[in-house]
Amino acid sequence: MNGFLITHAPALLIMVPLIGAFVAPFVGRVSPKVRSAWIILIMTLTTLVALMLASDVFLHGTRIYVFGATSPGLTVPLDSGGIPIRIIFTIDAMSALMQVIAAVCGFAVLLYSISADRIHSGLESYYTLFLLMITGIMGMVSTGDFFNFFVFLEILSIASAGLIAYRIDGGLAVEAAIKYFVLSTIGAMAVLIAIGIYYGEYNALNIAMIASRMQFTLLDQVALVLIIAALAMKCGAVPLHFWTPDAYSMAPSSVTAMLVVASQASLYGLFRVVFTIYNLTLNAMTVGWIIIILGILSMVVGVTMAIPQKNVKRLMAYHAISQTGYMLLGVGVGLAVLGNQPLMESFGYIAMEGGIFHIINHAMYKGLLFLTAGAIFFRIGTYNLNRMGGLGHSMKYTMVFFIIGALAIAGIPPFNGYASKLMIYESVFAFNPVLAVIAMVVSILTLASFVKVFHSIFMGPRLPEFDTVQEAPMPMLVGMGILAAIVILFGLFPQAVVDTLIAPAAHALADQSGYIASVLGGA
Amino acid sequence: MTLVESLSTGTGFWNPLAWLIAVLVAAVIVYLIRQRGESGYKKGTTQTVPFISGNPEPEKEMVHVRASNLYWGYLDALKGYYNFIVPAHTGVLNDYVLWYLGTTAALFVVVVFI
Repeated sequence: MNGFLITHAPALLIMVPLIGAFVAPFVGRVSPKVRSAWIILIMTLTTLVALMLASDVFLHGTRIYVFGATSPGLTVPLDSGGIPIRIIFTIDAMSALMQVIAAVCGFAVLLYSISADRIHSGLESYYTLFLLMITGIMGMVSTGDFFNFFVFLEILSIASAGLIAYRIDGGLAVEAAIKYFVLSTIGAMAVLIAIGIYYGEYNALNIAMIASRMQFTLLDQVALVLIIAALAMKCGAVPLHFWTPDAYSMAPSSVTAMLVVASQASLYGLFRVVFTIYNLTLNAMTVGWIIIILGILSMVVGVTMAIPQKNVKRLMAYHAISQTGYMLLGVGVGLAVLGNQPLMESFGYIAMEGGIFHIINHAMYKGLLFLTAGAIFFRIGTYNLNRMGGLGHSMKYTMVFFIIGALAIAGIPPFNGYASKLMIYESVFAFNPVLAVIAMVVSILTLASFVKVFHSIFMGPRLPEFDTVQEAPMPMLVGMGILAAIVILFGLFPQAVVDTLIAPAAHALADQSGYIASVLGGA
Repeated sequence: MTLVESLSTGTGFWNPLAWLIAVLVAAVIVYLIRQRGESGYKKGTTQTVPFISGNPEPEKEMVHVRASNLYWGYLDALKGYYNFIVPAHTGVLNDYVLWYLGTTAALFVVVVFI
């Protein structure tokens, strides 16, 4: 049984939430409690499968799963002319890390959502879309087929747009969803054109096959630009970030927390393309600097736009943009020195590890912060910072969770954000000191911004209008507690996390030949 | 022991547990100093009522400093920057698409011609 589960875990990772999503509306007709039990069961199974698969990948190396073949490892059929024609999932350490992020965040957010969203109508479709979102993310980070990546990208975009519009909110949420959906569709079309270019040139859709045949012709350069712009937009990099504050602020908080993970799946796609498909065929310094500049712009514009915001979720959305900048900066530096092994050994790998470590850290603390914002909205019915105050008297646990998230995002020790930012600062300093100084200044501004938010929400005397406000319900606290515990644990034992999850992911990302060999090696 | 290992950052290292021990020691020292202080504080007496030059204490909601009143100096100092960056976020979808197309064009020039 265990062997069967391990063997088919890549397929189960998609199948479980997909079936769960479409059964959820029918189960919901029995009673809301049965629906809640069903989606918790589905998300628990998905999380267990993801953890089991990740554990297998980290222990035994890259996993390949071929759909429809006589054997899951048969990548190249004998009569296919040497081309892997079937849909293949290629799960290396980087993919496994992303699966763990999506599963753990999804589980914590779902627990929270069951309590936070229970008063709303339309929950049948809500949880169907939520599980489809999980399916889309899991598919994007697992697939080794580029067209299949596009399909999951679309599943994710459609589900996310539906969830952003879920509360309608006088049409504002629908407007935000339309903006997101139009831009996502344009981006997805750009990705599809790039896929068409690869298919026309290399007669293949498999990422490993395309990578093995990559020539970096003019058409490949066009495809690269189309993909970088589309996925940078999807992950909210400046100056393509405009949809982010609109969508993040109008979606329910549990959805916003998952949108952070969804944006990281796009970031994963961007890194996968530049490192695995192109790698040394492209001008690493030029493309590396493009990613670095996108990162610096995101960091600076994100944090400076956050400071004057009055809506707490809009403010946090700008911080999400800013934090994405750190990831782009770290991995961009790694890309810029990719061809130079001494520099890679000196600081390139550390920069990549810092950037990748920041992905998982950001998913945890930003998810936590959005959930605290949702808990506050759940109790007082507003996101307007000007109308808040003194809530520390009545929402003590939420306040503690907020403090943990805020200190982590500002890079204050001993929380997880500090560990990844320190790796980024020091490695980026070795590459270019000015970039490291900008990164540190952005962290100081982040702290300043969250001091303002903390003061506005929790400090001050108990206000008369919030006399009857109570602490958030227990399931919401449990959801926040899971993320807060991870934030603290990752902060206290950073080297263990880096050794176990991050370093293997960074090396897997940089190792193009290993990725190709894992798929085509037996051909 | 991997769990208590210092985080290697390439040029330095970071050990949160050592940092926590240092913070704990500092907290104990602070506590000991505090213990030697004046112990005349009496909760619930007029001693704890705010003294505002003899004026009556305003209503609670009047004394809380709201979000809009924070960082006005910072925003004023950088108003040249904010006068440009805030209006750039128009909220209009057409503008978002234009930024997207413009950035794609700029990336194309850099990747293909540099």
